[in-house]
Amino acid sequence: MTALLEMRGIGKAFPGVRALDHVNLSVEAGEIHAICGENGAGKSTLMKILSGVYPQGSYEGEIVYDGETLALRGIRDSEAKGIIIIHQELALVPLLSIAENLFLGNEVARRGVINWPEAFQKTEGWLAKVGLNEPPATPVGKLGVGKQQLIEIAKALAKDVRLLILDEPTAALQENDSEKLLDLMLELKAQGVTQIIISHKLNEISRVADRITVLRDGRSVSTMDRDEISEDRIIRDMVGRDMAHRYPERVPNVGAVLMEVEGWSVWHPEQRERQVIHDAALTVRRGEIVGIAGLMGAGRTELAMSLFGRSYGRGQTGTVRMNGQPVDVSTVQKAIAAGLSYVTEDRKVLGLILEEPILRNISLANLAGVALRGVLDKRREAQVAEDYRRALAIRTPGVLQKVVNLSGGNQQKVVLSKWLFTDPQVLILDEPTRGIDVGAKFEIYQLMNDLVAQGRGVVMISSEMPELLGMCDRIYVMNEGRLVGELTRAEASQERIMGMILGTTGKAA
Amino acid sequence: MAEKGLGAHLGGHLRENGMLVALVAIVFFFTVIVRVMIDVDFLSAQNITNLFLQNSYVIIMALGMLLVIVSGHIDLSVGSVAAFTGAIAAALTVKAGLPVWVVIPVTLLAGAAIGAAQGYWVAFWRIPSFIVTLAGMLVFRGLTLWLLGGQNIGPFPKAFQSMSNGFVPDLFGDWDQALLGMDRLNGTAVLVVVIAAAVLIWLGLRAQKRDVEFGIAPEPPALFWARNLVVSAALIFVGWKLAQFRGLPNVLVILVVLTVLYAFFTENTTAGRRIYATGGNEKAAKLSGIRTNRLVFWCFVNMGALAALAGMIVTARLNSATPKAGVGFELDVIAAVFIGGASMAGGTGRIVGVVVGALIMGVMNNGMSILGIGIDYQQVIKGLVLLAAVAFDVYNKNK
Repeated sequence: MTALLEMRGIGKAFPGVRALDHVNLSVEAGEIHAICGENGAGKSTLMKILSGVYPQGSYEGEIVYDGETLALRGIRDSEAKGIIIIHQELALVPLLSIAENLFLGNEVARRGVINWPEAFQKTEGWLAKVGLNEPPATPVGKLGVGKQQLIEIAKALAKDVRLLILDEPTAALQENDSEKLLDLMLELKAQGVTQIIISHKLNEISRVADRITVLRDGRSVSTMDRDEISEDRIIRDMVGRDMAHRYPERVPNVGAVLMEVEGWSVWHPEQRERQVIHDAALTVRRGEIVGIAGLMGAGRTELAMSLFGRSYGRGQTGTVRMNGQPVDVSTVQKAIAAGLSYVTEDRKVLGLILEEPILRNISLANLAGVALRGVLDKRREAQVAEDYRRALAIRTPGVLQKVVNLSGGNQQKVVLSKWLFTDPQVLILDEPTRGIDVGAKFEIYQLMNDLVAQGRGVVMISSEMPELLGMCDRIYVMNEGRLVGELTRAEASQERIMGMILGTTGKAA
Repeated sequence: MAEKGLGAHLGGHLRENGMLVALVAIVFFFTVIVRVMIDVDFLSAQNITNLFLQNSYVIIMALGMLLVIVSGHIDLSVGSVAAFTGAIAAALTVKAGLPVWVVIPVTLLAGAAIGAAQGYWVAFWRIPSFIVTLAGMLVFRGLTLWLLGGQNIGPFPKAFQSMSNGFVPDLFGDWDQALLGMDRLNGTAVLVVVIAAAVLIWLGLRAQKRDVEFGIAPEPPALFWARNLVVSAALIFVGWKLAQFRGLPNVLVILVVLTVLYAFFTENTTAGRRIYATGGNEKAAKLSGIRTNRLVFWCFVNMGALAALAGMIVTARLNSATPKAGVGFELDVIAAVFIGGASMAGGTGRIVGVVVGALIMGVMNNGMSILGIGIDYQQVIKGLVLLAAVAFDVYNKNK
């Protein structure tokens, strides 16, 4: 095989940071090439150079593509060469139809007048190629993330893609949607489309990738062929150290019941007759990590947010007891006062004020803790932030750094610091390791272990089953708004959880 | 801790230092050009006094507008509200014959109630503030016309007028005249500005000391002292000039007190911090237990009260309430806030920046009027300055 793409000695510096340093990447025609690396390793920067986001002259090194040296001035140039990138945040317009999105900027038109019948017809053709069966007039916003992802790919195909770059394509997808996407990737490969995939999910990489290049701290560390690929080796190269265990050891020390939820029912905030949680009951003990498994849309986030000060909507019934005493959790303030914390799954939108410094984010949920009669004690605020920075090893030059400049893992640690500063008894962590690299994940797991060792209770909502199985003492399985099963650590397995979700087995014996 | 260079520090405070430099440059520019072209002293005692009297209302409303804009909203109605509250004050004083000490609090309350009425729709019904206050702009302009019956109401008793054209009396009598042989030097004014300059430097030093304790590399001494000397010199110069005329205008005292209060509120209180959090990311603030709706509501109440204060000052200055009072004020006020570094998206902006922004607008208005530049060109130039200031911001952010 011959190399379709050679990136040689690529370097790129931002003010104060060297993002890439002599990175080499060679992609052969017709292969699926995976790029792995921790957040901040330089994967996205490399891809932005390749797709012309950072134009020729703003970086060092050279790109040889299809035998010629590339001098890209922008995305239009790279797309003209058939290099198309699909970003993690999808670039679709939700209110426009599939057909409109598919040909956005590339309309089926004559002198600016769109030929709708032809556009629709072509759209159907492309949709068939990606295995999506939706009317072309459907607004994209009505489709799930998985289908939107397929539309992005169809869009790339419509542009005559030769090199398709997928930046964490499955990060927001459910297991079965991910499967479909990976199958499609293999199919496209069979049709001769060369692909680059950036992903954190090692099992997916080992399934589709022909070769893997690992980046670490802005350098290319290694490139492995298919027969050399092993998860352990990838992890070792990514973090630069051996990781014997992916989940830290913990001796369970489960105590008395801490939180009890009973008869918890929740209704949708807009469609008021639609019930999203049905009569849920769950308990959390001291020193216990309780998992909630389920597919996306099972109602896990709705359950958590409704418990946390009616943050989901107004309509809900049920009781919450802490240490046996009924508590009022009808507002966020009351929930915090009762000892609850909720770490959201969407830290950028719901968890952080990105343009503010670390210290202001950490004090946000407990400003009274750094103030006297409403006047802030900035010295104390800085001290508190500094303490958490050390304790959680938030990697930053200082606590005055804006949160937006931190990597995903460090941002998550800031969110966790914010909630730890409220001194909660029960922490609900919603997808706490989403979009976080392997090294930081381990640190978050370690932190969870520390929290339960202090006698707190942790509820962990996660879509990654291995993580639930590795961390939890007990797992509730949720499906369609109901808690359909409960498994102890010993009973739990991926198959059993999946079985409960699909309703093939009842409650564990 | 990495050593930070001068450039980095200038960068960190580029906006504020830049605005200060711009203000000084604009003042210098007008001083020279006014002298050369029409041989008038731009920095005469009388003109400096005028400058504050003319612009006090913009600065006062800009303080409230900063809070509204930081919380992620906008208030287009302030000009109409100022006119309407001015008319209320006029009706109470001139028609009903009520004393000043009744009229002022009642008018402030009326302003607050107007703010509450608008804030209610914005905060609790989540109607975009642009629309609510656009409606308010029309409604209160109409109510002004109705209340005044299309006519001017005035004149006002001395006590009410003194709000705008009164001066702080000289506590030291005229000893200076006897001792130094000087003419009418107002000792209070001189003393106050000297103390103010000293306090500013002391606060600056204290903040630096705290930075060092936090492990933040302090601003280079050269930059710190350069800025503080410029500010202190300007303060003392202004004080000296005011002392030669009639002393400290009452309005200036109100202005300074309010500025200090609002600067403290925004930077050192939990409520102030929560407003920034609300504008920075309302959803995250809400999930952190902050009652964002209520804060937005109170920002509008506060804005209404400050608009009422501005309305009374304008009315006192004109010595009559007129149907056309306050037309276009909202634009000057909003422009001052954005020139001062606030962002349309909310969550950022500082009181000090806003005051400097308002002064830049004020100096330009005043200088161009002295030069006899027509209102047509004045508007064009002000518009371009607003665009340039914000473009400068955006450029720096993307760099």
